[in-house]
Amino acid sequence: MSLRLYALQRMTAALMIPLIAGHLMVIFYATHNGLAAAEILSRTRGSLFWAAFYGAFVGAAAIHAAIGLRSVASDWTRLKPGALNGLMWGAGAILLALGTGAVIAVVMP
Amino acid sequence: MTSETISKTLNVSIWRGAATGGYKSYSVPRRDAQSVLDVVTWVQRHAAPDLAYRFACRVDVCGSCAMTVNGRPRWTCRSHVAKVIEDGRLQIGPLANLPIVKDLVTDMSVFFDKWHKARGSFSGRAGRHDPMAAILPDSPQRAAVDEAIECINCGICYAACDSVRWNGDYLGPAALNRAWTLINDQRDCSNKARLQAIAALGGCQNCHSHQTCEELCPKGLNPTKSIAGLKRLSLAAYLKGDLA
Repeated sequence: MSLRLYALQRMTAALMIPLIAGHLMVIFYATHNGLAAAEILSRTRGSLFWAAFYGAFVGAAAIHAAIGLRSVASDWTRLKPGALNGLMWGAGAILLALGTGAVIAVVMP
Repeated sequence: MTSETISKTLNVSIWRGAATGGYKSYSVPRRDAQSVLDVVTWVQRHAAPDLAYRFACRVDVCGSCAMTVNGRPRWTCRSHVAKVIEDGRLQIGPLANLPIVKDLVTDMSVFFDKWHKARGSFSGRAGRHDPMAAILPDSPQRAAVDEAIECINCGICYAACDSVRWNGDYLGPAALNRAWTLINDQRDCSNKARLQAIAALGGCQNCHSHQTCEELCPKGLNPTKSIAGLKRLSLAAYLKGDLA
């Protein structure tokens, strides 16, 4: 793993710490208050805050996980650097697309 | 008369040949206070005179008798058979992660090549006419050196390291631990080049902090902690733009 990827993975990890804490608080709040899906969506739709919150979360998670998968594949397979980078970019793109779709569904009015 | 008594026979498997070799079984008299090195020596003297193995001091100092005993790298002179035997089984092989020369002897060249690649040699700037560097014993840098300086390069940590096994370019715990001691040595003048060396591909960022090196180091050192220090320094240097 290059120092650049290492730094990017650590920085996205640091970014995700408060985001995960916030996400867990949202889960506890929603389940504790027995909010239905419609009530949650009424709070998130059209909200720039939640769009930025979960948009940053999805971006950081996609980068962090893709670099991690590249590292696991590098250790456990004989893939060459080009294939490893392809795997990393592919995994990152899939995670980003899935996550962005979910964020759009939750925040778009 | 010695207090040693032959209580029973020990069945030992020892690696024979080079990389394409295999384990061969030997029956060795079991004795009290018997070390694994004693077992290997008995086999060489009584059963297989062509058995190749390394040792020097026999008293837990030099580290040259390092071998793989029941799957774990150990100094064989300090490993009592009674403590390492598992279900009556004793398997002795060469150190892992290093090319086998013959039987229990490995080629340590790659280990020391990486030690040099991590710039493990001291580079001083002071001449003989310069005053002695004043290093406070209780300074944080000196304390960091103290924790890591006792390495004698026996190769146990290198053989134990999963990251070395998975990534042949990885410098390994001993080389990085050495680099950490020099980076904290205020007399050394090549730390910029050293930081570049330990942060290049195969550098400290490849350590997964499994801490096998710490668990198995016969000297009780913690190379993972040294490597964590190198990670912090290299990441800070990268964020400042000092490292590409």
